Amino acid sequence: MRKNTLLFLIAGIILLLLFPVFLPRFYVYLLSIILLYGLLATSLNIVLGYGGIFQFHHAVFYGVGAYGTALMLTKTAMPAILAFIVGPLVASALGFILGIICIRLSKLYFGMLQISLGSLVWAIVYRWYSFTGGDDGIHGIPIPEMLSSYIGAYYYTLIITAVCIFLIFKIINSPFGSALQGIRDNPVRSEMIGINVKRHQILALTIAGFFAGVAGSLFVVVDNTVFPDMLFWTLSLEILIMCLLGGWFSFMGPMLGAGVIVALRTFVSTYTVYWALVLGVLMIFVIFFLPNGILGYFEERFKKVFMGSEIKE
Amino acid sequence: MLEVVGISKSFDGFKAVNNAHLSVEKGEIVAVIGPNGAGKTTLFNLITGIIKPDSGRVLFNNEDITGLPPYKICRKHISRSFQIVNVFQRLTVFENVQISILSREKKTWNLFSPSKSFVVKETETILENVGLINKKERITAFLSHGDRKVLEIAMALGGSPEFLILDEPTAGMAPEETSHCIELIKTLSKTMGLTILFCEHDMEIVFRIANRIMVMVRGSTVIQGSCNEVRCNEAVQNAYLGGSDVCLM
Repeated sequence: MRKNTLLFLIAGIILLLLFPVFLPRFYVYLLSIILLYGLLATSLNIVLGYGGIFQFHHAVFYGVGAYGTALMLTKTAMPAILAFIVGPLVASALGFILGIICIRLSKLYFGMLQISLGSLVWAIVYRWYSFTGGDDGIHGIPIPEMLSSYIGAYYYTLIITAVCIFLIFKIINSPFGSALQGIRDNPVRSEMIGINVKRHQILALTIAGFFAGVAGSLFVVVDNTVFPDMLFWTLSLEILIMCLLGGWFSFMGPMLGAGVIVALRTFVSTYTVYWALVLGVLMIFVIFFLPNGILGYFEERFKKVFMGSEIKE
Repeated sequence: MLEVVGISKSFDGFKAVNNAHLSVEKGEIVAVIGPNGAGKTTLFNLITGIIKPDSGRVLFNNEDITGLPPYKICRKHISRSFQIVNVFQRLTVFENVQISILSREKKTWNLFSPSKSFVVKETETILENVGLINKKERITAFLSHGDRKVLEIAMALGGSPEFLILDEPTAGMAPEETSHCIELIKTLSKTMGLTILFCEHDMEIVFRIANRIMVMVRGSTVIQGSCNEVRCNEAVQNAYLGGSDVCLM
């Protein structure tokens, strides 16, 4: 089974590397968007699926990462590479600060407070015309030449996403990841075996903020624009749905969910403006029939085939 | 080793624990008994820091640990199991115990090494000692209730405690599971030299394994003494053992 997974992975990577050779520009752009949304959803899942924290307003960190990068590129003469580092760092700093404030509350109350504080950040970005460009956002951001073509942007997105997904995978499977999953399942017990629950959660929120910021900086490269909608709460909801749809207890679930939703939004919305209706119906089916998401369902089937009755008891 | 002095806690005016006293010497097995709602679990929660007392003190090895957060109390080598099963449902048996050990070794801040390779041997030793080694790859949610109760104890052992608190360790267990669990508790006390504080409804079990017994009624300590002292105490018989006037020898 191990070998199979590895083969799939290698085949997948080769396919992803070859796509720009035979796919038209539009699809390469779409694929870049899917990849960076996948990274965004996966970063949310660090705290949602593995941490059990209801981070309802995750888009804030994505938007702040994007704005951080965009502002560095447009307003300063510093090397571009610095912009791509500063954006995510600002996002993770925000994750840390909001984390410290919100973590006092648990479960849904955490989410509520997070939505309101996140909306505050959105309001600042939306209103501060002289700095952020207000509701116009920032357009025509100067991107380093190497990345400015759509193919360059695609490969950059692919590499950064792959590296980040790998890092997240490492973190989830580290002792810290184990402790985080323990906290998700049972915070009281975790504290009773000597884990400082709140500090672990804050670190997880900081990490999630960082990777969301990376996704934001990737969007700057792919689209050359930033706009306040990137940190509006409706996008947060969309990311949340990506996680649930793909499977929030499966590592690659959010990535799959991102693919499905971005594809739906792109293709269905050419036929009807009510694409959200299709998504709604799809979501109802998922909740009823695949409570663990699409990938979660397949993983379960897969396990049953291999282990027979072992899994059930 | 542990000294609880005049501890009280009320919830919305209801005095769950009211001026309770308890002392446990090193190496002892002490049982807390009392009718339902006597405040046994609340007392354990007060000792382990899950709730903070209104008044009174908890001393451990002559150090005041009153009101410390649970994770700090755990680091003083006090571990506990819970009455209502409190395990990590989505993780395997192995991982449940492993996290406990990782936490004790302060390795949970390690972000990039695979946790698979950490403390494997120690985890397996503990699982072997409690008899769960054959089920180590099982997801905890699929375990039987009895096995989960044993896992509770295994997780508590992961913190390599000197002092172990067990909240109704055999509640809901089948008879053979119960006797296995009693053997386990005895072994822990004898071979590992653990000091154990537990509460239990089954009097037979209490009298079989406890050195001393503390009786709680309506949040207060009625008496703490040897098994015989407790059996013959009039107040205890009235309050708890059904008011019979013969000494329950």
